Amino acid sequence: MRRLRHWGPGLLLLSPSLILLAIFVYGLIAWTTKMSVSDQHTALKSNGFVGLDNYKNLFTNDIQDRFVHSLRNLLIFTVVFLVGAMLFGLIWALILERGVRAEGFFRTIYLFPMAVSFVASGVVWRWLMNPVVGDGAGGINALFASLHLDFLQNKWWTNPTWGMAAMAMPAIWQLSGYVMALFLAGFRGIPQELREAAAMDGASTYRLYRNVIFPQLTPVALSALIILGHMSMKMFDLIMSVSGPQWLTEVPAVYVWQTLLTSDYAKAAAISIVLLLLVAVVIVPYLIYTNRAEKNS
Amino acid sequence: MRFTRRAAVAVVGVAALLAASACGSSDGSSGGGSGSKKVEVFTWWADGGEKAGLDGLVAQFGKDCAGQEFVNGAVAGGAGANAKNVLASRLQQSDPPDTFQAHAGAELQDYIKAGQVEDLSADYDTWGLKTAFPAGLIQNLTVDGKIYSVPANIHRANVVWTNKKVVADAGITDDPKDMASFIADLDKLKAKGIKTPLAVGKDWTMLMLLESVLITDLGADKFTGLWNGTTDWNGADVTKGINDFKTLLTYTNTDRDALDWTDAEKLVMDGKAAYQLMGDWEAADMDAKKFADYGWFTFPGNGDTYQWLADSFVLPKGAKNVDGTKCWLKTVGSADGQKAFNTKKGSIPARIDASPADYPKYQQAAMADWKTFKQVPSCAHGSGCSQGFQGAANSALGAFSTNQDVAGLQKAMATAASQFAAK
Repeated sequence: MRRLRHWGPGLLLLSPSLILLAIFVYGLIAWTTKMSVSDQHTALKSNGFVGLDNYKNLFTNDIQDRFVHSLRNLLIFTVVFLVGAMLFGLIWALILERGVRAEGFFRTIYLFPMAVSFVASGVVWRWLMNPVVGDGAGGINALFASLHLDFLQNKWWTNPTWGMAAMAMPAIWQLSGYVMALFLAGFRGIPQELREAAAMDGASTYRLYRNVIFPQLTPVALSALIILGHMSMKMFDLIMSVSGPQWLTEVPAVYVWQTLLTSDYAKAAAISIVLLLLVAVVIVPYLIYTNRAEKNS
Repeated sequence: MRFTRRAAVAVVGVAALLAASACGSSDGSSGGGSGSKKVEVFTWWADGGEKAGLDGLVAQFGKDCAGQEFVNGAVAGGAGANAKNVLASRLQQSDPPDTFQAHAGAELQDYIKAGQVEDLSADYDTWGLKTAFPAGLIQNLTVDGKIYSVPANIHRANVVWTNKKVVADAGITDDPKDMASFIADLDKLKAKGIKTPLAVGKDWTMLMLLESVLITDLGADKFTGLWNGTTDWNGADVTKGINDFKTLLTYTNTDRDALDWTDAEKLVMDGKAAYQLMGDWEAADMDAKKFADYGWFTFPGNGDTYQWLADSFVLPKGAKNVDGTKCWLKTVGSADGQKAFNTKKGSIPARIDASPADYPKYQQAAMADWKTFKQVPSCAHGSGCSQGFQGAANSALGAFSTNQDVAGLQKAMATAASQFAAK
């Protein structure tokens, strides 16, 4: 009885969210998994078990390797997005950390894009990344033309090979500020004594950052990478509003939507599970790592 | 400690209250529906000539069905892709609108197979629609002896729209009658400085263009067979068709993947392009945009084929206001309703008893053709293909837009046909 009083209230407090999680997250994952090994390719009920056929077909038997193509698009998008956002975020944080005038003002400016939804910024970037080159150019291409930088004009996201790199630009624009905020918090968390000690030892500014400050930012950088990485893999709204669903810019999340539209539930479920596994590959080791780090400290 | 425990109880209490109130409100809304006089009409007609047509139909509905209230459930988006997504999830949740728009033909079969729409055969007799529509259309609409939808209109897909001034400036006096003369005209326009004489947009508009080329190269019967599984996609004639299509693409705007059909239409209106292949809703849209200097001709080499598509309305299973929906469907099929809708939307009535004098000149020509021409279905607009087939075809055309791989497109379409056609 006493033990119940000990953990009872806590459990009671947690139970609503536990129940909701059990049903709406884990229950639905289980349901999706079950769907992905069935043969429900139409809206008709049919619950035949087909094992891993749906997965095999995705990788080996999809028309024009559509799924592999969407994975390749996702890879390019993710790499460019991560590198770009981390780089800009770090540079901005460094500049602000070195002490600029009106720091608060710039911090706000850099952070603001994050407040905009991907859908809203996607619509604007759709116009900015107008793929017409030469006469009748619009958006950034028109800007290049008026600056006599015509050689910089390009087809943006309609480029068949590197289009997804252009697609990552709005995402970089939106989330660099967030990475900056994370790094800035990291910088501010480093005790002043360490800097003073390094200065006493005669370390140059470069050595101070290289050997004292950056090593302490590793956990921040890792968190930023994980957060951006899992956002990137689930990217849907930005692509839908910039290009709409189409072959050129298709990523797995968009493919799921397109497949659902044609009532191919089993295939959509299989893609969703592949996507879930991809994200899990990134997230789970991170969770284990942070768990261990917390226990050790 | 005591405080936190009390706070904990308070939090749980509030949560329980919220949950209870949430349940309560949803009960209320679904309970109120049964005696409703509202008819929610779900369409993708949100602007342009389509919206004007819907407004005309609503006005007629107000007259014919006093006491019923029209509720607009339109979801915007090219060719209805967005609306279909919303509809699919509502049907999944057994929360159908009172009626929804669906393309007649193969696309409707998805809903029929899923048991999501009701049989309307008896109402067809009551409303006298079996004699009002041409026998060929009734035959196309009938699935296993039952009719599930009331078509509001007939559209034609294989029409080329022109900017008369641009065409005349290039010294072109006659409409091209075959592929060779069409390409000769395109060359003339190019020589006159029109860099991209043929305007085209993203995947589904390219699919329409490919279909028209295939009608020319295969003829009406073999073309129809492509969609029901009787014509082999791997044939040499299909290869020739795709090669012709590839040639035509060299005359089109390179930013096609970024354009919807209205963006491509703007290229024609602005004189940057001379031609656009598009359905005949383009006539009403150009009229609405006050662009009068347009002409049209059947896609070169299509001869007497009428590539049709129809928007139709259905009675979903589980509709809340069945009487209201039936009154809507009756209005849609009635002579007055079809006139109110089609004169504004730029389509022609499915009824054969309509008076051509009520319609603008393009429609008068189309109404005459509808009675005598050979009908073929359209994949891009669902009269020929199920949604799965359309999705695969659009994706294949999107890929072809950049990789220009003839064999790849042919193989993709052949695979899609074996997967989706005639099942």
